[in-house]
Amino acid sequence: MNGGDKLSVHVLTGFLGAGKTSLLRRLLALPALGDTAVVINEFGEVGLDHLLLEAVDEDIVLLKSGCVCCTVRGDLKNALVTLMERRRSGEIPAFARIVVETTGIADPAPIVATLTADPMLRHHFRVGNIVTVVDVPNGLSNIDAYPESLRQVAAADRLVVSKADLADTEEIAALEAGLRAVNPTATLVALDEHAVPDPERLLADLHDETARPAEVARWLDAVASTRWRFHAHGTHDVNAHRDIRAFVLRNAQPLAWPRFALWLSMLLNRHGAAILRLKGLLALEGVEGPVVIQGVQHIVHAPLHLKAWPRGVPLTEIVVIARGLDPTLVQRSFEAFNRLRPAGDAAA
Amino acid sequence: MCGLCGAFGGSDHWTAGTGAETAGATPTAERRARAATANEVLAFYGLSLGEWAGRFTLRSRTGRMAVVEHFGAIWPEAERLAGQPCDPLDEALITRLEAT
Repeated sequence: MNGGDKLSVHVLTGFLGAGKTSLLRRLLALPALGDTAVVINEFGEVGLDHLLLEAVDEDIVLLKSGCVCCTVRGDLKNALVTLMERRRSGEIPAFARIVVETTGIADPAPIVATLTADPMLRHHFRVGNIVTVVDVPNGLSNIDAYPESLRQVAAADRLVVSKADLADTEEIAALEAGLRAVNPTATLVALDEHAVPDPERLLADLHDETARPAEVARWLDAVASTRWRFHAHGTHDVNAHRDIRAFVLRNAQPLAWPRFALWLSMLLNRHGAAILRLKGLLALEGVEGPVVIQGVQHIVHAPLHLKAWPRGVPLTEIVVIARGLDPTLVQRSFEAFNRLRPAGDAAA
Repeated sequence: MCGLCGAFGGSDHWTAGTGAETAGATPTAERRARAATANEVLAFYGLSLGEWAGRFTLRSRTGRMAVVEHFGAIWPEAERLAGQPCDPLDEALITRLEAT
């Protein structure tokens, strides 16, 4: 299930004033993204005049870089269907990926749900990266004050730190520590206002087989640090932010897929709203290599294969970012449903 | 259609896996095996799952029944038929599974 010729849809999000429109404006000018269709809320917000090549209609314009830029007049589904129809009829150039910019207070999960669940969209598109822009001056306070901001950070595959030039190094370090606590698996990308943003770093996703091993290796690096960063009871836990906590489910015994699917579907049915992000590698009975699984809230993407174990040893490791769930209880449930010896016993 | 993930049919729902996990089994045998796995948990709620014409049927002890299109759609129906939440973090359920 590698998606065949489906197009990746990346989600660009970030709280009000974080700087995502500024990042988008810079990305749109890059020839490297000339084979991209961008879905935005309003042309006026981005200020496309100097980039404009041609207006196809009132909702779609072509940019000098080759980008197709489209506004969401109705809902996202209509915008995506219109893009695909225009592409098929040759009215707009073929594009290789789509970037959807959300409004500042949007939770990215419903966008992911639309792409995953809609019977028409799911056959044309797959979810790419969730790129969340967080600004240094206001990022931490937004995460604390606004659940939408927290969900944007927790769901992210890339966390872009913006406006670092308006803050001192201590503020930047505090924000980065806060982001790591909420979402240790996302790649932090510092946005240099004076350098060209690297589109490959932002948009290379799991569906690109050449990028997949490195992407998964980054998750596992986060997992490795998570193992050692839990602090003793009563002290500060750097893997927690208020009631949000990142933890790892781990077991060396191979899983039977039906048992795992039964357990995860049951967990997400009852606790999907509390599970902000889930990413991991599975060792499965009857499958030679690792299987990649990931989800946002109650939505799980189709599993993908990886050719080899990143560390050479089969091991199930699933990073969970959840609100208010007891990691010990989740691990115990995971082992009981999957008939696993407790990981502690296996290590002993 | 699955209320949880919106999938039509079972073939492309994530719970179907990648296909490599069940190589060699016929689709019917594979669904029966899955139903048997689910029944280990569903028995806790007085429910049972059976394979039926490419789908699953979920039954309660009182004869209430629901058709489930795919493996991932069991739980909303199970909660409706059982009249209670089906929580994998329920200590009593975990303890029972640990004992089997």
